[in-house]
Amino acid sequence: MDITFQNVAYTYQADTPFESQALHDINLTIKSHSFTAIIGHTGSGKSTLVQHLNALLKPTSGQVKIGQRVITPETSNKNLKPLRRKVGMVFQFPENQLFEETVVKDIAFGPMNFGVSAADAQQTALAMLDLVGLPQNLAQRSPFDLSGGQMRRVAIAGVLAMEPEVLILDEPTAGLDPAGRREIMGMVAKLHQQQHLTVVLITHHMEDVANYADCVVVMENGTIAKVGKPSVVFQDVAWLQKQQLGVPETTAFALRLQKHGFKFAQLPLTETELAQALLPQLPQGMVARTHDE
Amino acid sequence: MMNKLLFGRFIPGESFVHHLDPRNKLLMSFYYIGIIFLANNWSTYLCLFLFTLLAVYLSSIKMGFFIRGVRPLIWLILFTVLLQVFFTRGGKVFWSWGPIVLSQYGLVNGAYIFMRFVLIIFMSTLLTLTTPPLSLADAIEAILKPLRVVRFPVYEVALMLSIALRFVPTLMDETEKIMNAQRARGVDFGEGNLFQQMRAVVPLLIPLFVSSFNRAEDLAIAMEARGYQGGEGRSKYRILTWHYRDTFVVLAFIALTGILIWLRA
Repeated sequence: MDITFQNVAYTYQADTPFESQALHDINLTIKSHSFTAIIGHTGSGKSTLVQHLNALLKPTSGQVKIGQRVITPETSNKNLKPLRRKVGMVFQFPENQLFEETVVKDIAFGPMNFGVSAADAQQTALAMLDLVGLPQNLAQRSPFDLSGGQMRRVAIAGVLAMEPEVLILDEPTAGLDPAGRREIMGMVAKLHQQQHLTVVLITHHMEDVANYADCVVVMENGTIAKVGKPSVVFQDVAWLQKQQLGVPETTAFALRLQKHGFKFAQLPLTETELAQALLPQLPQGMVARTHDE
Repeated sequence: MMNKLLFGRFIPGESFVHHLDPRNKLLMSFYYIGIIFLANNWSTYLCLFLFTLLAVYLSSIKMGFFIRGVRPLIWLILFTVLLQVFFTRGGKVFWSWGPIVLSQYGLVNGAYIFMRFVLIIFMSTLLTLTTPPLSLADAIEAILKPLRVVRFPVYEVALMLSIALRFVPTLMDETEKIMNAQRARGVDFGEGNLFQQMRAVVPLLIPLFVSSFNRAEDLAIAMEARGYQGGEGRSKYRILTWHYRDTFVVLAFIALTGILIWLRA
């Protein structure tokens, strides 16, 4: 299910004194089964952009094509359910959306809204607990008794339970400890690889982009500043810094090594890449340098 | 949905009205609603209209926003006006059908009621469009101060008011976010029959209450950590000052009252 933006613009509170344009003339295609990361500094329109992916916001001009459905400014709010089932969306701090008496009821809430029977929904919900790495004995607890990290997993499970084809995550790891972050990101990567979900991830962690994404969209002031593979986008370090964005720490470290004479065909993004690039250079490189001097 | 609502919003500006003392603006708005009831003929209403237009002009806010402020209340206004028009007897009768009468007095009364509504809405919209909510809270605190004599907890009420006002936009954002999150999980807001609509609100209300509780707890702890002990004995950061222009406005209102009393039938 490809998602295509054609000349999309969006204005908040149009026709009031408070109107502000959040998106300008966006053209973008998110391919089926891809892992797209959206980066950009705060207020660049990332969250606004992703809310178009399941028609929570409709463009003020232009159109968004989601699979077969075309969303235009005139699209009515009816009959959007089938679309929302296919495009699951995990908002920032999703633990704020929990409300049911028990964890399992909350996870089953989504599927039941889409007409899944209560018994089936409950079964899916229990399966989702395993998927997001929560013990089964939490199933009958109140979601409000859980820790922050656990609540977030329940919320994500609630979205996954709808069995979406596209999974959108708006900073899923914000406010989590490093272990929690790794687990959540690992889970997302697993879903992407094993269930071939299309993943759209908003993040400020360049490491996550480098490790998982196969496409990066850089946003700035409501426009798309750059689209490409992480390995390409992260080469232009000066440009990224101008956008108030960084590079993964590995890349930053490689840059410092470069100043001291190491050579990289292209800047490595992950630790593995860095190690592979350094390995052939280490012994010979040092010898070569002593010769030069 | 909510962002269509203009009432209670503030438009920053540098106009004459923006710079008035909020205490003055608040009191004068109430006073104005009082003297509107003095008007009872065309010349008094004309006078009030001119005065209101002058105030709107002095705020340098576009007329369109005021007209938009009337829009959400238009059904209430029309309902009241129509009741007046069809159920008032007296003067020339143009048309009648059973108890429903279209009379001369009815029409005139309807027009008066309509103008009264519009004038009150214009003036209160002017107040909220030109006064930041926190200044309004300060003004209310200042105006309530005499009530301390009867042991009315003025500081506490003022604090609650300013916190409440501060969190209105935050809660609105939160509501919008939770609504969107639940929509993404297949909830239809505002669709189906009454029962279905009420049930759809539960996944919105519970998280909203829970997050309000959490927020209140965090805020209380943060306030205590910053040394908040209670209302008595605090100094003030935002100090309201009374300028000459405020006195001038009060005089203008007194003059208006005089003219109204003189012109009324």
